[in-house]
Amino acid sequence: MADDQEIILSELSDDELVLQMHDDLYDGLKEEIEEGVNILLGRGWTPYDVLTKALVAGMTIVGYDFRDGILFVPEVLLAANAMKAGMFILKPLLAETGAPRMGKMVIGTVKGDIHDIGKNLVAMMMEGAGFEVRDLGINNSVDKYLAALEEEQPDILGMSALLTTTMPYMKVVIDTLKEKGLREEYIVLVGGAPLNEEFGRAIGADAYCRDAAVAVETAKQFMARKHNQAAVG
Amino acid sequence: MSDLLSTLLATRDWLMADGATGTNLFNMGLSSGDAPEMWNVEKPDNIRALYRGAVEAGSDIFLTNSFGANASRLKLHGAQARTHELNKIAAELGREIADAAGRPVVVAGSMGPTGEIMAPMGTLTHELAVEMFHEQAEGLKAGGVDVLWVETISAAEEFKAAAEAARLAGMPWCGTMSFDTAGRTMMGLTSAALVDLVEKLPHPPLAFGANCGVGASDLMRTVLGFVAQGTERPIIAKGNAGIPKYHDGHIHYDGTPALMAEYAVLARDAGARIIGGCCGTMPEHLRAMREALMTRPRGPRPALDTIAEKLGGFSSASDGTGDDAGGPKRERRGRRG
Repeated sequence: MADDQEIILSELSDDELVLQMHDDLYDGLKEEIEEGVNILLGRGWTPYDVLTKALVAGMTIVGYDFRDGILFVPEVLLAANAMKAGMFILKPLLAETGAPRMGKMVIGTVKGDIHDIGKNLVAMMMEGAGFEVRDLGINNSVDKYLAALEEEQPDILGMSALLTTTMPYMKVVIDTLKEKGLREEYIVLVGGAPLNEEFGRAIGADAYCRDAAVAVETAKQFMARKHNQAAVG
Repeated sequence: MSDLLSTLLATRDWLMADGATGTNLFNMGLSSGDAPEMWNVEKPDNIRALYRGAVEAGSDIFLTNSFGANASRLKLHGAQARTHELNKIAAELGREIADAAGRPVVVAGSMGPTGEIMAPMGTLTHELAVEMFHEQAEGLKAGGVDVLWVETISAAEEFKAAAEAARLAGMPWCGTMSFDTAGRTMMGLTSAALVDLVEKLPHPPLAFGANCGVGASDLMRTVLGFVAQGTERPIIAKGNAGIPKYHDGHIHYDGTPALMAEYAVLARDAGARIIGGCCGTMPEHLRAMREALMTRPRGPRPALDTIAEKLGGFSSASDGTGDDAGGPKRERRGRRG
């Protein structure tokens, strides 16, 4: 079968190579992704185009299939790992070339809560989508969130909670932002197993995200809106 | 086969397990984020009350307050050095309540997940996971549990590591996984795959099944998935009392005692031998479940639409087993050798 033939990445046309890289990301093939990134750069692609057309587009497919229950956590971790290897090559080049930024996120699990698998997945998928992510880890107080927001000036604040007893703390953080007049500075996304849309609205978040893939899609939508507003204003 | 759980399984049609640990403890004032296992030492009367609540509501089996008492979880509270002690006390308190019950009650030593992702995807190796589970198992054994009870597991590798730890401790065990993602576990395991996994273990569990997850309907579908594999091994059903809802700063589960009673009967009719609750399941739910199991006649194995009608709809269209396993497949280019 043709499928069994060795694929030589460097012999593929640009279009075919990009599609192959989408498949290789899907299969979590780290070395193939590194090779693909280097080939495209060698052919004169801008780092930004490699990022968006090859890597981010590929991770979007992974995200959709994760959302739809076709891929599960292990496959997503492998894909994110391959993506990260590609990003490692691109990151310094992106900075040098002044490529447009996707956006920046500060993310952390709320105070009293020590769960982090879901939050880590969101952080990885956001990085996979080209966002810059500062991960605050677990058990974050209002003060820790505020200090990180001050320091990083992100576009997005992400909060995670896995316990029904810790999820109300998200409201404490949002209320503090409101008090300080900072709420409108950030897009606030919340997630975690016991949450739902109703809860997200009740506490004043911009959106509840069911899983990591939805978080990425939601972040992109809000960023697009933000850019449009900036263009109009 | 001299252990108490095997004896009870051999003589009884069904056994009732307990309900929630966390929900009950939070109602007694446990603060969010604190390790519930610390109460074994600091507030033993609350733990006695937790156990007694289940026993008095008619449970034949209750789980010890040791779900997160493995080195990896306790480390987050700086208490990893107390693993053996906290497990032993959890078990001793359980022994005390069970022995005073006036009827045979099984003390099951709860062992929850490490919270780590296992190699090669994550950093936790099989050897290290076995070591952590074994340490916990020895503490529970020293405190006098009748059986180890591994629960809420997502990864096949972690389930295997816990099985190995039970073997090393020389203890009978039960094991349940949490099927909360489109009918599968978070790591993608189907109900059929768990049946397969369980039968291949060198030290298989006395009983296996599902706990927690997304609500009673999904859990029932998972139980039917086990049954469809033709397993002879006793099946455990421990579902949540509905779905958590947020009201004025408080969380409560929307499953009523009447709904849980309905669920218990359906679980029995579906073929589960050990039936209990999980998050949100309080003593009043357990009493209603016990009453229903004792009084309602056995019915035919329920179909999916009966379950949806009586307990509510499912969280996903399929449970990932059968011909449509994995749902739609993506059009692929050439695969690499």
